[in-house]
Amino acid sequence: MANLLVAQNVSKSFGDYTALNNVSLEIPEGTIFGLLGPNGAGKTTFIRIINQITYPDTGKVIFNGEDLKSEHVQMIGYLPEERGLYKSMKVGEQALYLAQLKGMSKSEAQKKLKYWFERLEIGDWWNKKVQELSKGMAQKIQFVVTVLHEPKLLIFDEPFSGFDPINANLIKDEILRLKENGSTVIFSTHRMESVEELCDHIALINKSNKILDGKLIDIKRDFRNGTYEVGIETANPDVLKKELATKFTVTKAQFRSLGDELKLRIQLQEGHTANDLLMYLTTQGLVTHFVEVIPTANEIFIETVKRN
Amino acid sequence: MDKLLLIIKREYMAKVRNKSFIVLTVLSPIIIVAMIALVVYLAKVNSEEKRIVAVLDESPFFSHQFTEGTEASYIDFSNISLEKAIDSVHAAGYYGLIHIPEGDKIDIVADKIQFYTKESPSMDILGSIEGKIEHKVREFKLQALHISPEVMNELESNYEMRIVNFSGEKNVKGISELKAFIGGGFGYLIMMFIIIYGAFVMRSVIEEKTTRIIEVIISSVRPFQLMLGKILGTSLAGITQFVIWIISAGLLTYGVLSVMGIEVDAFHNQANISPEAMETFNTTASQDTIQLYVNELVKIPWGTLIICFLLYFSLGYLIYSSIYAAIGAAVDNETDTQQFMFPVITPLMLGIYVGFFSVFENPHGPIAVAFSLFPLTSPIVMMMRLPSGVGGAGVPWWQLITSIIFLIMTFLFIVWIAAKIYRVGILMYGKKPSYKEIYKWLKYK
Repeated sequence: MANLLVAQNVSKSFGDYTALNNVSLEIPEGTIFGLLGPNGAGKTTFIRIINQITYPDTGKVIFNGEDLKSEHVQMIGYLPEERGLYKSMKVGEQALYLAQLKGMSKSEAQKKLKYWFERLEIGDWWNKKVQELSKGMAQKIQFVVTVLHEPKLLIFDEPFSGFDPINANLIKDEILRLKENGSTVIFSTHRMESVEELCDHIALINKSNKILDGKLIDIKRDFRNGTYEVGIETANPDVLKKELATKFTVTKAQFRSLGDELKLRIQLQEGHTANDLLMYLTTQGLVTHFVEVIPTANEIFIETVKRN
Repeated sequence: MDKLLLIIKREYMAKVRNKSFIVLTVLSPIIIVAMIALVVYLAKVNSEEKRIVAVLDESPFFSHQFTEGTEASYIDFSNISLEKAIDSVHAAGYYGLIHIPEGDKIDIVADKIQFYTKESPSMDILGSIEGKIEHKVREFKLQALHISPEVMNELESNYEMRIVNFSGEKNVKGISELKAFIGGGFGYLIMMFIIIYGAFVMRSVIEEKTTRIIEVIISSVRPFQLMLGKILGTSLAGITQFVIWIISAGLLTYGVLSVMGIEVDAFHNQANISPEAMETFNTTASQDTIQLYVNELVKIPWGTLIICFLLYFSLGYLIYSSIYAAIGAAVDNETDTQQFMFPVITPLMLGIYVGFFSVFENPHGPIAVAFSLFPLTSPIVMMMRLPSGVGGAGVPWWQLITSIIFLIMTFLFIVWIAAKIYRVGILMYGKKPSYKEIYKWLKYK
């Protein structure tokens, strides 16, 4: 799979403050790429560099096989975290204006806007002024304006903020549909559950440095540590617990079930497999629950940032 | 280029459709004309009001001296006491009472004349009464000296200095002031335009920052395009407003004045008298002077003046409005702009004051020259000097050219700096910027 965007050794500082330190990233075409990191890590600076709002001090960005240049802004759609609209302008006029700034012709923009407004059921807002709209309504319009010119690369910074769960779901489905249609998406958020749901790749930036990147599934594989959640019905739970503790690392587990079986989180030692554990457990009682603990994006995030 | 036009169009439409802009555009000429009409009306009412002054003359000297005049009419109160006279003046609501006491000598009598009024009398009435008394006293004195009025007329002389420039052309008094006023008008126009519409540019930048649309827009266009489009769009709206003001104020003034029965045509006819027609008049001194004024006004190099005005206006406006845009970008809200406004307004004010105090006095003196070369004041000060022409007795060519070169260089420099501040500032939130902070921004890539 080709990379749509490659950043090579990008550094950027503002005065004495280093916002990005030698960051290299590869964003494969047709994927949803999660750009994660704590507040102030340098994500926004990186996104602004892609949008050519600021320029890197050193390093370069390659877009679609070419050095990033000003014509590329037409192939990028950007929904910033801090976003707004002109308050006293009418919705339709404003959407047309923003679409034309992205290089669309007026008639083309009108046609596409009509399609999107109908699709998101906001057709009757065309002549309303933005100040009459609620925050969520304005967010919908911003979303439409971002995707309208069918960009190759979409950048969403906290796209779900301000949406109620129904509309957030609507937008999530739209993002997935855009990916299906071949767009590449950079997705920056602090909501780890949406990272789990949406992202194929992630990169983690902390204190101006990239500290982790790759396919989400590969990263999870790297972070698995042979821990299993186990439920077992046994006559003498305390004895079993002690017995298990001599062989494995055992902690209490929390999960929902119907019975009041013993719930444990068991980490395997080097050289053991899941089968070894399972076979042993079947001799001790009735196994009701046996599942590998896959590290969540949230856990990976926290652990990696802390380790740094 | 297309995008720049789009931005200009949007900025223009946003400004022109703004309610307060429309109200201001429509109301201002009406208010101004209403004020002019009110002043004219009040002046007219004032002069039409007939004021009656009673005269109680107990002396033999001033009979028939107080006759009907334009400022007041006089009523003769003879043979009643002063108290009674005061009472009746009061009761009748007359303007005042002149009391001329008894006496043998006119000097002594004149010294004792008193004017009774309810409030302090107006200057024109007082002056007229004093004039009448003076006249009579002088007449008596002349008689006492045995000088006939004819001889007195012979003695009287009215002298006026004739002013001629080195090439022998006749000059008129006050013409350099008149020229300075014309230039001052242009300079003042430039200053007002900069202050009003520069602030519009600034507010529009702040609006984009506070509504947070800025980042969406500059991911599509370069910040410099946005800044330029904003400045040009706003100034086009400003020019629209000015043109509407000038046309409607002109029409309204004409209309109102003719409704009020003031002959506007009378002014026109006077102004339009051709030199030939003037000569057929029995040329008196004053008509000669008018002729000279007209000649001088025609001699003002209007072409050069207008070309220079357009040049100084555009460059001056672009310099200042880019500073305004940079200020707007540097702050989060309008209250934070105060600390930056003072240094911007100062050179403008300086230009106007230096213009009115120094250029009027001496249009080609060292101070006038210095300030018409200094690029932040030159649009105003040079415009005040230019009506006396370029070359010869006017502004030397080298000064005009140097001033324009300085202005263009400053324009490029300021716009470059402002664009840098703008580019960084529009994305900065929550920081109260200091000059030091802004200086740091200049070094960002």
